[in-house]
Amino acid sequence: MDTPVIELQNVVKSFGPVDVLQGINFKAYAGRVTALVGDNGAGKSTLIKGLAGVQSYDSGIVKFDGNEVHLNSARQAAALGIEVVYQDLALCENLDIVQNMFLGREEMNGFTLDETSMEYEATQTLAGLKIRTVKSVRQKVASLSGGQRQTVAIARSVLRKAKLVILDEPTAALGVAQTEQVLNLVRRLADSGVAVIIISHNLQDVFKVCDDISVLYLGKMVAHLKATETNHLDVVGYITGTKSMEQA
Amino acid sequence: MSTTTATTISSGHEGTIRDQVKNYFVRVKSGEMGALPSVISLIFLTGLFASLNPYFLTKLNFANLLVQSATLMMLSMALVFVILIAEIDLSAGVTSGLSMAFFIILTNKAGWDWRVSILAGFVVGFLVGSFIGFFVAKVGVPSFVVTLGLFLGFQGLQLALLGDGGIYRVEVPELKAIMNDNMPAWAGWLMLSIFLVLTLLINFYDRMRRKKSNLPNRPLILLFIKLGVMTGLGAGCVAILNVNRSLSSVAIGGVPIVMPFAITILFVGTLILDRTRFGRHLYAVGGNPEAARRAGIKVAKIRMSAFIICSMLAVVAGIFNASRIGAVEATAGKSMVLSGVAAAVVGGVSLFGGRGRLAHAAVGAVVISIIDNGLGLLGLPAGINFLVTGGVLILAATVDAVSRKRAGATK
Repeated sequence: MDTPVIELQNVVKSFGPVDVLQGINFKAYAGRVTALVGDNGAGKSTLIKGLAGVQSYDSGIVKFDGNEVHLNSARQAAALGIEVVYQDLALCENLDIVQNMFLGREEMNGFTLDETSMEYEATQTLAGLKIRTVKSVRQKVASLSGGQRQTVAIARSVLRKAKLVILDEPTAALGVAQTEQVLNLVRRLADSGVAVIIISHNLQDVFKVCDDISVLYLGKMVAHLKATETNHLDVVGYITGTKSMEQA
Repeated sequence: MSTTTATTISSGHEGTIRDQVKNYFVRVKSGEMGALPSVISLIFLTGLFASLNPYFLTKLNFANLLVQSATLMMLSMALVFVILIAEIDLSAGVTSGLSMAFFIILTNKAGWDWRVSILAGFVVGFLVGSFIGFFVAKVGVPSFVVTLGLFLGFQGLQLALLGDGGIYRVEVPELKAIMNDNMPAWAGWLMLSIFLVLTLLINFYDRMRRKKSNLPNRPLILLFIKLGVMTGLGAGCVAILNVNRSLSSVAIGGVPIVMPFAITILFVGTLILDRTRFGRHLYAVGGNPEAARRAGIKVAKIRMSAFIICSMLAVVAGIFNASRIGAVEATAGKSMVLSGVAAAVVGGVSLFGGRGRLAHAAVGAVVISIIDNGLGLLGLPAGINFLVTGGVLILAATVDAVSRKRAGATK
């Protein structure tokens, strides 16, 4: 609990004359769900891309499990145990659930794919997350609903033994019931000891599932709040810039 | 019913035959039709032509049809590799012709050993595939444009190599034998048994592994039904082909030598697509290149490989074609490629990428060949043939587009 899984210190990123991230400090802990909120253009995506390794920061310190790391490629980030579930999910619709969960990390049995153990592990992972909405692990992703796809994408990060899972707008395109299911899944994911970061515009969801809330405003981290110690109105204030907190 | 495993999530292998059949119809309804339309049209066309012309269902025509379709089958199987990644190779036909032009010049004019010249033909295929792959995967030129350019360019190259209206006879008896000679009766049976036993062994190996991991298996009887059908059809074909089909006093009988070649390529290619990491990644790139990239798949490498495999298999099609005609012409392969694409699409390979199998293309090739063969027997003008084949292609592409839409609508 003491050492954050990921810690950013004074992280800076600019695109030409535009300073998108102006000295960000940020922490996310194992077993906790941290919300990253902020209006469009606040710098959320840039922050996440840095963590995912697809676009490195200009300066600043990134610590993973207390050790300083340099995230220069997605492969590097994945090797550490950082998994990003993007909004568009990035699943192959023509492949089934097992194939998608193991895509790029297939288990082999000599020269051929080890379908048996992949199917077994995928089933175990889904069962471990108490996922009941999926009928068959050999269903094609094309036949799944938005919520089920989100479930598969999250389960994939669990399968990869991620220590930090970043979810980009996980409920954006979902209905009420599916949103509920995905949020429950996120909670279980954190309870299993994973550090979860959620990017969301939906404060209702944020309050339902998150432990900590970090607010970005125009490239600056303006607030770190405990969900239990704040309220909707406060957070909206920080997001829109009508409130500010010096401790950030 | 199967025993319940620790979870409530199924694998699609559970249940009785009735459940399995029900699952199949659900999949068909949701747009995963596979080879079903082409198999139905195969049966329909056979019935149609058989009723219109008494010669259609004779054993001689059956053997002719198989040999006629072999070249197209190879070419459409070659194209499957690029169509699966939602690309196209319009130069596959002329690549087969060009490689044979090199082969014939080296053998007939330069006096090389024919085996070395064949190897040179494959090198040509490899280079052409690498060239297309480089421009598509690395430079980013649409494959349609690159291969259309090559389609035109290679016709010029063929003319330059073989001369205007140039035609060279294939003087190698081993090569001519592929399409024109037949195996002894026992060899046909041996070939059939080898493929059946291999299929059986692979299926039992899979079942054994699943059982060891406590995963449910499909009812055993389903496998036996499948193998039974394969055995019945295979044995029927071999038996018919082994009977003397000659109209003169010289006996002609046996399975054409091309068959073991074609079936081996189909068999090995299917194993590669279904059971290797490369095959899986090929389907992934075809389904969603961005997802494949994010999963760490080297998309450019997969694309390059697909074009190289396509061009190399096109060379095999070229060999088949040269063997059948017994000569290499400057225009070889030019008119073949669109039929190849049509065969793949008619067989159920999606032009949108990511869906389809080699066997689909093979069945599609037989459908196209039946149209060609049947209309020819009816003595209709060649124009009708083009019209019908074109119509079938558009129909197949429409089925593909509609089933894709339906699959998307069931979200």
